Amino acid sequence: MSDRLFAFAVIVVALGYILSATTIQSGFMPDPVGPKLFPYMIAGAAIVAALTILIRPAEEPEWPGLATFGRIAFAIIVLVGYAYALKPLGFLMPTAIAAGILSYQIHPDARNAALTGLGLSLGLFVIFRFGLGLGLFGFPRAWGIF
Amino acid sequence: METLSLLADGFAIALTPGNLMLAMIGCVLGTIIGALPGLGPSNGVAILIPLAFSLGLDATAALVLMTAVYYGAMYGGRISSILLNIPGDEPALMTTLDGYPMARAGRAGDALVLSGVASFVGAFLATIGLMLLAPWLARIAFRFGPAEYFALYILAFSTLGGIASGNQAKALIATCIGLGIAMIGLDNATGMPRFTFGNLHMMDGIDFLVAIVGLFAVTEVFVFIESHGRESALGVRLGRIVIPVKDIILAFPSMLRSTVIGFIAGILPGAGASLGSFLSYMGEKAMVKDNSRFGKGDPRGVAAPEAGNNAAAGGALVPMLTLGVPGSGTTAVLLALLMTLNITPGPTLFTDRPDVVWGLIASLLIANVVLLVLNVPLVKLFVKILMVPPWVLLPGVTMISFVGIYSLSGSSFDLLLMIGFGVLGYFFRKLDVPTVPIILGILLGNNMEDSLRRAMVISGGDWTYLFSSPIAIGLWIAAVLGFVAPFFLRGLLKRPQAITD
Repeated sequence: MSDRLFAFAVIVVALGYILSATTIQSGFMPDPVGPKLFPYMIAGAAIVAALTILIRPAEEPEWPGLATFGRIAFAIIVLVGYAYALKPLGFLMPTAIAAGILSYQIHPDARNAALTGLGLSLGLFVIFRFGLGLGLFGFPRAWGIF
Repeated sequence: METLSLLADGFAIALTPGNLMLAMIGCVLGTIIGALPGLGPSNGVAILIPLAFSLGLDATAALVLMTAVYYGAMYGGRISSILLNIPGDEPALMTTLDGYPMARAGRAGDALVLSGVASFVGAFLATIGLMLLAPWLARIAFRFGPAEYFALYILAFSTLGGIASGNQAKALIATCIGLGIAMIGLDNATGMPRFTFGNLHMMDGIDFLVAIVGLFAVTEVFVFIESHGRESALGVRLGRIVIPVKDIILAFPSMLRSTVIGFIAGILPGAGASLGSFLSYMGEKAMVKDNSRFGKGDPRGVAAPEAGNNAAAGGALVPMLTLGVPGSGTTAVLLALLMTLNITPGPTLFTDRPDVVWGLIASLLIANVVLLVLNVPLVKLFVKILMVPPWVLLPGVTMISFVGIYSLSGSSFDLLLMIGFGVLGYFFRKLDVPTVPIILGILLGNNMEDSLRRAMVISGGDWTYLFSSPIAIGLWIAAVLGFVAPFFLRGLLKRPQAITD
């Protein structure tokens, strides 16, 4: 079932890709192939491969339970939040929080997780800022420190 | 003679204090990266690339550092294979088969030393092979036109999808995803945007580093969240380290044979180190007289895959440097590094930038000696590193990845893209879709399309031009064989299952 869904998704994306490729503008240079043909070939090959999977899917993989998916989804949200927080809030605070949460998710022990978050945030900041000389800000820029 | 004088020049570059230092640091970092389960040569090198840029290293120095990491990771992978029965990276999988039983029998130290020596033999001879073969191949590569290059790219993808993977259709889809992503951005020939959907961030195309770090490093976090970092207890005690002379002598012929097999597997574009260690182990099992102890802790079963995987690592550098077509996931990452440093690998590299090529070869030879010292007498230090629990390691790797990618462009768009690739990588791992073809596709897609388009411009749109030279025809035949052969050899080439208990 998973394989069939995957193959179906590949076919839909590949058809969308072909549709999008039809709108590519050609150049003025004489070019027998042009900018559209190679994308068509790629999508075509993907569709052929997906069809063979539709016909002969492999064994069902071992999916984790809903709870695990929930944890992974939460981790994704944390990472996305981290991506947005890095610029305005500086390195130290977002890193401590994100690293702590990830650590807790891998091994649910609040004390270890908090220490991991703090340790990684400080340790990596020192390495990046003073070891490698990256232009990282430790705190929000408006605070004027680091 | 010419080779020797070029090599002497190379040593002059490699032995400068700065480069020597970088080679040492690279070896230590690499061994650590290889030893830690979940961090392999490809994601290790990928995470370090952005940081290497921020150090402002010149091309030779950056390459020295990264290839030392690459070789180091190949050495380090065996440590967790032997002690934890978890391969530190994919090529070290075969080492678990005999290494872990040997460790269980109380001979962990012997297995580590033996495999360290085997790694050295494989890597050292392969570097010599690289030195002799690469300049010769570079001269042949001068005769490659666009038609030959197009066939070569096809060969790389078909061996990657055929021999090196379990499911051709899924590998083909992965390749197409990579190639499809490579098309995003401005078209080289016309300057028109393709698949950008009016998004300015997409105009430059998608940076392969973002994809690599996402697929290899971020994915790992999700995998560990699922497994709760369970598989990480050090199950074996490590006693005093002595050199098992008898085993080394017994296994020495195996090392030499495996080096040859591994080196050849490495040279095949798209095949790489995992295939090298696999073929070496299977070959050795078939060749020795009494193979009844294989899988139960035979020293030859430890030596063969290690020599093979390290020889393949050296062999994989041959097509990467001479043709610009990487032989494995990690060499793909190294190719990405070169391209970002504005060095175009290929036949002209050997004539235009001999300092880069020979400096690199010389520092590989030095790195090997350093690695032998690190991995035999000092192996206990690295065993300590395996004690780093995954709940510290994985968050750390993630944060380093974020900072690395962030320091490349300073945009949160790339970070989001990286997370996206991480999620994609998790589902692909579950569905058994290989991710290395995606990376290779992103990396080579534009070159592949360019060579096709140039071939068609030259021939005025005549498709038979693609098959017009003996080299091109040979490559096409090899490509078809590489893709189709596994259908017939599947029974013969069945991967043995790792011991689970």
